[in-house]
Amino acid sequence: MMSVIPHAILPLGDSAVYIEFSEVLDLAVNEAAQTLAAKIRAQAIAWIVDIVPTLGGVALHFDVEHADLPDSPLEVIQALVSKCLAMPDDLAQEAGRLVEIPVCYEAEFGLDLADIAARVGVSVEEVVQRHAAAEYRVLMMGFVPGGPYMGGLDPTINLPRRSSPRTKVLQGSVALANLQVVIYPFTTPGGWHIVGRTPRRMFDADRQPACLMSPRDRVRFVPISAAEFRRLEAEEARR
Amino acid sequence: MIGRVLSTASGGIEVVRPGMLSTLQDLGRFGQQQLGIVPGGAMDTVAHRLANALVGNDLHEATLEVTMLGPELLFHQETLIALSGARFDALLDGQPLALDRPVLVPEGSRLKMRQAVAGARAYLAVAGGFPVAPVLGSRSTYLPAGFGGWNGRALVAGDSLDLHTEVRAISLARFEKLDARGAERSVRWSAPSMTLPVRHEIIVRALLGMHFAWFTDQAQSEVFEASWRVLADSNRIGFRLTGPELEREKTGDIISGPTCLGTVQVPAGGLPIVLMADHQTTGGYAKILEVVSADSANLAQLAPGGSLRFKRCSLEEALLRRRRAKADLMTKITAIQAKYGQLTIQ
Repeated sequence: MMSVIPHAILPLGDSAVYIEFSEVLDLAVNEAAQTLAAKIRAQAIAWIVDIVPTLGGVALHFDVEHADLPDSPLEVIQALVSKCLAMPDDLAQEAGRLVEIPVCYEAEFGLDLADIAARVGVSVEEVVQRHAAAEYRVLMMGFVPGGPYMGGLDPTINLPRRSSPRTKVLQGSVALANLQVVIYPFTTPGGWHIVGRTPRRMFDADRQPACLMSPRDRVRFVPISAAEFRRLEAEEARR
Repeated sequence: MIGRVLSTASGGIEVVRPGMLSTLQDLGRFGQQQLGIVPGGAMDTVAHRLANALVGNDLHEATLEVTMLGPELLFHQETLIALSGARFDALLDGQPLALDRPVLVPEGSRLKMRQAVAGARAYLAVAGGFPVAPVLGSRSTYLPAGFGGWNGRALVAGDSLDLHTEVRAISLARFEKLDARGAERSVRWSAPSMTLPVRHEIIVRALLGMHFAWFTDQAQSEVFEASWRVLADSNRIGFRLTGPELEREKTGDIISGPTCLGTVQVPAGGLPIVLMADHQTTGGYAKILEVVSADSANLAQLAPGGSLRFKRCSLEEALLRRRRAKADLMTKITAIQAKYGQLTIQ
């Protein structure tokens, strides 16, 4: 039996529900949400088209026009959640793949390293060392295709988000905030503190699978030189 | 005819002028939101399906979604087409194109679409569909990551859109089944448009969002009382609204959580954004409302500058309206399919 249980099942409009475990980030809670998501997925319910584990819960999206969609989906979901919570966890718990991500932490890539170092009161080298030493876990994929939100950041190098977001953050940027680490799959605006960049593509529609990472993956960052970054970047472009 | 080339796999439709934003869309890609891949697809799924039904297609075929300012297209093959959704000023070889009905377009015809005169998005369906390869399970174009549809992007001048290799045969065979007496290359009936804005300010029903209670009493009433205007920088990702700034009572960070088509989120500035088809799959802004699914196609037809008012709706009413909307659409689609002698099993 799970020790962490959801505290609310909330409608998200009339076509989705959110099974909320917590309003704050908590790795044990996320693990419970991932486990519940896996159990619900195993039920293979035709009218539930998307099962999305998020930082603090699980969202279920319905095919609103499916012939089997019940008249009161909320009640059916409540029963489904109770049933899944009562099931043994071992079926749904996976160790998660270990994914190694090469990251160049040199100054031209780690745009905010000096700022982070100054604000937390350690050297740039120490920030890099602490960032690369941890093992992370993908808590949620989202915002854009292939975007991982990872937990496990060393709290001694944590900061809140930047007060003014950048209008352009380059694809592959690895950034931290709010005890999490993200990798930007595309060049977009962004408000997290950039520690480095990876040449690996988080998303490529022509690749199988298109997304490099999945929820629950374990992640390690492997420091690389700028020369190695460029070599790997060229290799990705040739694929 | 001299030098006529029987085109097969290429040269179906030549794009003379692309229009403001013309993209191939279908009913979207599902089952991948846990990876950040949003369903996307046609903004007005009702008009998209009517257009497909009008040319005898499966409702899942891709159509061309055209936005505000339409394209100019040259048909290199005789093709059965239908245009549904927004009212466009559209000329086929200089004559007004009949909307919401099947039209057999001769080879060499030029379709010139100008401004939308009512609504924002129209759907051009062609018999046999647009045979682009599905990407991640759908032919929909997803612009933020540049994949799907026509090379992952909107049409540009000079593009040559492929049609089904047997488009002419399919078009003629289907048109043959229709009773086209008394109408030149078309029929005398049309499908009713179902999603056009019927008045200056549309009513959009909404359920309370996850963070509704986090807003001040004033914001909680203002969100339903105000008339919200759609701003110009609105797109397939979201509609930015302007009106009173909605203030939060409970401040502080919200951890990133799920979002849906129709989520009304309120960033720090207090002006809401309604998430549309290509929205981000997760977000950390306060969610004040959720637009009901029965109203999302109507909302998609609201052009920048248009206004809306949110009307509070219960979950029970939302579900009832959704069932009614589906039944209503299916009745109309079944009637169209019957014209083609297609039997449908619902």
